[in-house]
Amino acid sequence: MGSEAITIKGIRQGLLVTLGERGWGVELRALEARLGASPSFFQGGSVALDVGARRLSRSDVEGLRSLLARHQVELWAVVSTDADTTAAAQEIGLVTDVGPAQPSEPEAASEGGEEPALEGLVVRRTLRSGQDLRHPGHIVLIGDVNPGAEVVAGGNIVVWGRVRGMVHAGALGDEGAVICALDLSPTQLRIAGHIARSPDERRHKPVPEMASVREGRVVAVPWSGSGTGAVRRR
Amino acid sequence: MPGRVITVTSGKGGVGKTTLTANVGVALAMQGQRVVVIDADVGLRNLDVMLGLENRIVYDLVDVIEDQCRLRQALVRDKRLSELFLLPAAQTRDKSAVQPDNMVRICEDLREQHDFILIDSPAGIEQGFRYAVAPADEVIIVTNPEVAAVRDADRVIGLIEAEEKGPARLVINRLDPDMVRRGDMLSIADVVELLAIDLVGIVPEDKAIVIATNRGQPLAFSSDSSLAGHVFHNVARRLRGEDVPFMPLREPGVFERLIRFVRSGGE
Repeated sequence: MGSEAITIKGIRQGLLVTLGERGWGVELRALEARLGASPSFFQGGSVALDVGARRLSRSDVEGLRSLLARHQVELWAVVSTDADTTAAAQEIGLVTDVGPAQPSEPEAASEGGEEPALEGLVVRRTLRSGQDLRHPGHIVLIGDVNPGAEVVAGGNIVVWGRVRGMVHAGALGDEGAVICALDLSPTQLRIAGHIARSPDERRHKPVPEMASVREGRVVAVPWSGSGTGAVRRR
Repeated sequence: MPGRVITVTSGKGGVGKTTLTANVGVALAMQGQRVVVIDADVGLRNLDVMLGLENRIVYDLVDVIEDQCRLRQALVRDKRLSELFLLPAAQTRDKSAVQPDNMVRICEDLREQHDFILIDSPAGIEQGFRYAVAPADEVIIVTNPEVAAVRDADRVIGLIEAEEKGPARLVINRLDPDMVRRGDMLSIADVVELLAIDLVGIVPEDKAIVIATNRGQPLAFSSDSSLAGHVFHNVARRLRGEDVPFMPLREPGVFERLIRFVRSGGE
């Protein structure tokens, strides 16, 4: 038996959670444990669930939705190869087709591996107020993060653009995660469990910066071009 | 050529959607276009008041939807311009009385005999916003140079992009050149940089606009004597595809020069 049969991926509309092949009860408990283990990653997000070939009744699907709702996660889609499951999901107004797989990421090549390498997600657009991007791996965003938008990643976050919204790296608990941006003026920065606000006065000339946790605090260091800010981990 | 459906929306309330809809509707009609303005703010109707047509309303949008009358019967013809019509909102109902399909169908009908259908959207991002945007070919976002209004505009632009109604275009309303120069207000450059959509109008703060709308005589009727009235005509011309230049808007103080330029009859 694999240690963790549930896989999570970032897709355009949120997260895609794929359940494993074990018994329904086992999978539900595993899902619940996963949600409880890193609430800051999931809270406020929306999730599509891939349940494989399972046959689920309408009340099963409703149960799923309320389980997720208890963790402040919205279930917006249920993907299944089973026609009855699909019909049940449609009956309660869920989407059942999340489109062609993932925007730009390789298949998880980590079946059965103890600690799968984090995948990267590359997204090229500007996140406007109210929009979010969540991914359990690293995120590279080519575009801006406007005020009121959120980017949440399990790994590092690199933004080729301005960050003025909320950015959370290492949201699954990795204190070594970093956030890099061409202009880092966020409303808030979070790395793992640490939260930092931006200084209240606004700088006039933006410089590229990298934020990381040092001695228990989130610290942003300007990129100087001389290698002082280099990351040495991994 | 079938008419174009343009929805005017903003997210935040009170930024001047209705004023803009009334004035641009008047300006388009004065330029010889056949125009219908639709008040989509069911339950809180205002557009009729700004146009001075309140006392001519017999039927409204919801009557049309519920088959109480034909669409033609509900259209109120303007008392000054023969090619400007108002489709008023119902005042005694709420937004649950209108579905997105209803608006799509009504606009399909109106397109045949009118060049422009302007929809004045309610504030917010709920049902009212959704049915107002549903039939749109184009969307105009109205904002003020204030942080809260710009934030809401950004949210709405995101929703419109998701619905593939975009690209939305922007009108910055109530710009006070003195405040911008003193650094007390966001500049045009700040707003455009954040929202990153095309600009179709910059309307200065002007008490005359309020006075005119209170009288039911939109300022666009007196475009010769007022700067703001002139600005609404320029928005209308840009919507018609004319390339009406803006002055460079980078440094503070430029708007002031723009005003002088316009007053001297330059634009």
